[in-house]
Amino acid sequence: MTDMMLKAENLHARYGAVEVLRGLDFEVPDGNVVVILGANGAGKTTTLRALCNMCTTSGTVTMEGDDITRSKTADIVRRGVAHVPQGRGTFPELSVMDNLKIGAYTRKDKEVNADVDRWFEIFPRLEERRDQLAGSLSGGEQQMLAVARALMCRPRLLLLDEPSLGLAPLIIEDLFERFAQLNKETGLTMLLVEQNANLALDMADYGYVIESGEIALHGPAEQLKNDPAVQEAYLGA
Amino acid sequence: MNWNFEILPDFIFNGLRDGAVYGTVALALVLIFKATTLINFATGELAMLGAFFVYVLNVEQGWWLWLSIAVAMAISAAIGAAAERALVRPFDPDDHLPVVLITLGLFLIINAVAGDIWNYQVRRVNDPFGQFPSWVPNGSELKTSSEGTIACLENADGNLVEVSSGTADAGMCEMVGRTFFEVIGARLHYRTIGTWIALALALIALAIILGKTKAGLAFRAVSSNAESARLVGVNTGRTLGFGWALASVFGTLGAALVSPALGGVNPNMMLTILIYALAAAALGGLDSLGGAVIGGLAVGLIKSVLVSWFGVVVLGQAYFSILQLAMAFLLILIVLLFRPAGLFGTRRIERV
Repeated sequence: MTDMMLKAENLHARYGAVEVLRGLDFEVPDGNVVVILGANGAGKTTTLRALCNMCTTSGTVTMEGDDITRSKTADIVRRGVAHVPQGRGTFPELSVMDNLKIGAYTRKDKEVNADVDRWFEIFPRLEERRDQLAGSLSGGEQQMLAVARALMCRPRLLLLDEPSLGLAPLIIEDLFERFAQLNKETGLTMLLVEQNANLALDMADYGYVIESGEIALHGPAEQLKNDPAVQEAYLGA
Repeated sequence: MNWNFEILPDFIFNGLRDGAVYGTVALALVLIFKATTLINFATGELAMLGAFFVYVLNVEQGWWLWLSIAVAMAISAAIGAAAERALVRPFDPDDHLPVVLITLGLFLIINAVAGDIWNYQVRRVNDPFGQFPSWVPNGSELKTSSEGTIACLENADGNLVEVSSGTADAGMCEMVGRTFFEVIGARLHYRTIGTWIALALALIALAIILGKTKAGLAFRAVSSNAESARLVGVNTGRTLGFGWALASVFGTLGAALVSPALGGVNPNMMLTILIYALAAAALGGLDSLGGAVIGGLAVGLIKSVLVSWFGVVVLGQAYFSILQLAMAFLLILIVLLFRPAGLFGTRRIERV
């Protein structure tokens, strides 16, 4: 049996009276890239928010065997979950440097500056703009910043919520290459929510398709890619 | 029209001194607004409470004045954080009305409790900047009585006069130090300079706390994007408590600085100052710390120069003196109408 980084069982989530997730079961094996596909409003973003206990949930979420369903968001982050929210979620009034430093908020070690240098090497554009306010960066730069900031907490699980949203195709490809590289080089586990199914399935090991808050389909990425239903709905084939 | 320019510098100095106090209290308002986007109406009363702590420690217990102020700041910080924890945090931060009502309730409760404990009489306090040290050159006047309770001044003839009665009685007063020196024909009070220096030091301290410490970084992150702050592991509740504590410290500093000029402390001492501080914060931009200070100085100047000097002295209309508060409301109205973000506030436009 592979080690499960994350496992959700019968996960429900609601905003007020509206039930958005209606009992999801999925798992993210250690070192894998798992993608969640689905149309607008299917509940993809809510799934990631539910994992971090950012909305009202029921069901069970376990991380490496420990129940984290009722853990506080901050404690889940301390366990090594980094969440790049939809719309980047950078701190517009903070400099690029401060954005990275706050990413390391939960860390107590002395290697924060070394990590900043490391991500600057991978995202050189950020180093050029280190003293600029994040709000003044372009969309692609902000997405890089959001990812670099998430990596600053040295996560073992990275949650990515539609990183391609609003970016030019070339920038998206570049970004996904970096994700794949990260996964390969560091073994970082990723759970990715995407509308851009092609790119996401290329990178992923396994995929889930959500429709109206329920899992409609799941399987290895290769298999989903060749599934006629998926092709029609998400791959524009 | 009586353009009495000789006394204008006096009004400018006074305006900038009052303005420094408004700026300090406005800082307290802005700190909480930045974190929660709500106005804490209890800011003034928390500050008043702090001034009473200074009174109790210094006047009643006989502690050294600066130590009393420092301890009062620390107690206020704890009370501010506790108020946030107990009364604000249980409520949904996105729903502003209940929280604003709670701060209004807190305002009334603190005022009533203080009135119950200390009643509404003005209680004399010691002035941290009462007199220049004797080595300051170019000093002039001030005499206080040997008991330190009667204010005396030198009149034009060079005799010592007890201020409230106006009677000359050299026996009652003796020269103990100087409270001001003359600059361009105006009295620059030690108290004024001291207030400016205190505000400047407090600003430097705030810049270091917010700019260089981890708690400060967390505070700036929460005020920039609370949800993302949670996602990087910041405990937003605790950070807001930290903001309230900081705000209470600044409020207490402002109240401690202004209380000697008001003749002492009393539970209603901060009511009008809070209005001026609100005008200052609105003018500077509710989420701009620098704007709060500049707004405070501007409101002090407008009040002193425009209303008191121009209105009362130049136009000779005594009723202008009662329009000072109305001026503050007018200023808030004008700012909100034509420039809702204030002079230095964020207009919340950013690239997505």
